Amino acid sequence: MDWQGQKLVEQLMQILLVISGVVALVVGYATESFRTMMLIYAGGVVLTTLVTVPNWPFYNLHPLKWLDPSEAEKHPKPQVVPVASKKKFSKK
Amino acid sequence: MHTFGYRANALLTFAITALAFICAIASFSDKFSNQNPSAEIQILNINRFKKQSHGNDEVSLTLDISADLQSLFTWNTKQVFVFVAAEYETPKNSLNQVSLWDAIIPAKEDAKFRIQVSNKYRFIDQGQNLRGKEFNLTLHWHVMPKTGKMFADKIVMPGYSLPDAYR
Repeated sequence: MDWQGQKLVEQLMQILLVISGVVALVVGYATESFRTMMLIYAGGVVLTTLVTVPNWPFYNLHPLKWLDPSEAEKHPKPQVVPVASKKKFSKK
Repeated sequence: MHTFGYRANALLTFAITALAFICAIASFSDKFSNQNPSAEIQILNINRFKKQSHGNDEVSLTLDISADLQSLFTWNTKQVFVFVAAEYETPKNSLNQVSLWDAIIPAKEDAKFRIQVSNKYRFIDQGQNLRGKEFNLTLHWHVMPKTGKMFADKIVMPGYSLPDAYR
């Protein structure tokens, strides 16, 4: 999942859960049934899980552009030069 | 949100937090219900009134209890616990409360009832103070919600009295 996908997932998750909660409350209160409220909310949670948790392709529409391998060879990594051990100079 | 486990965890915690909010609002909605319970108790008969071998007074009564507690039930009510207590004063105790009968009402349909029953629990005094005693019969109820705080209330019915001599 790319960065845009992750942002989308977070927003979708929050919005879907809040909407499930509100709908559950309103319908439950109107029908005077606590059970209905819980069932609607549980259904909403399951739906949100199916939409946001698996790695669907539409979350990967802006994939990260890694550097091409042939391009990478033209810019070699800088070599780390081993530092020569310094001896302590004692004044004669 | 980069891995499956991360998203699953985020979803679970947010879902449970939202559930807590829903339950709080459901519990709060109980404040908007109008409640007008009513009750009436008659003493049909005093079956026995004597002094026990260890010196305390004991009474056995038959009660006719009728009540309409249907308005106490909301969508968030699990059950209502109701009990009848005899309340009176003695020189030793400023308030004595003796529970005579109780019941659990599981649903609104069962909340309007009339029964004739002898006292479920024994009415025994701490002493020999019951001859000619005036007492109140109080119907208490506890409304137990499906989610939220339990609340209790009562109806006090004064004016009952016991006979002056043992039977």
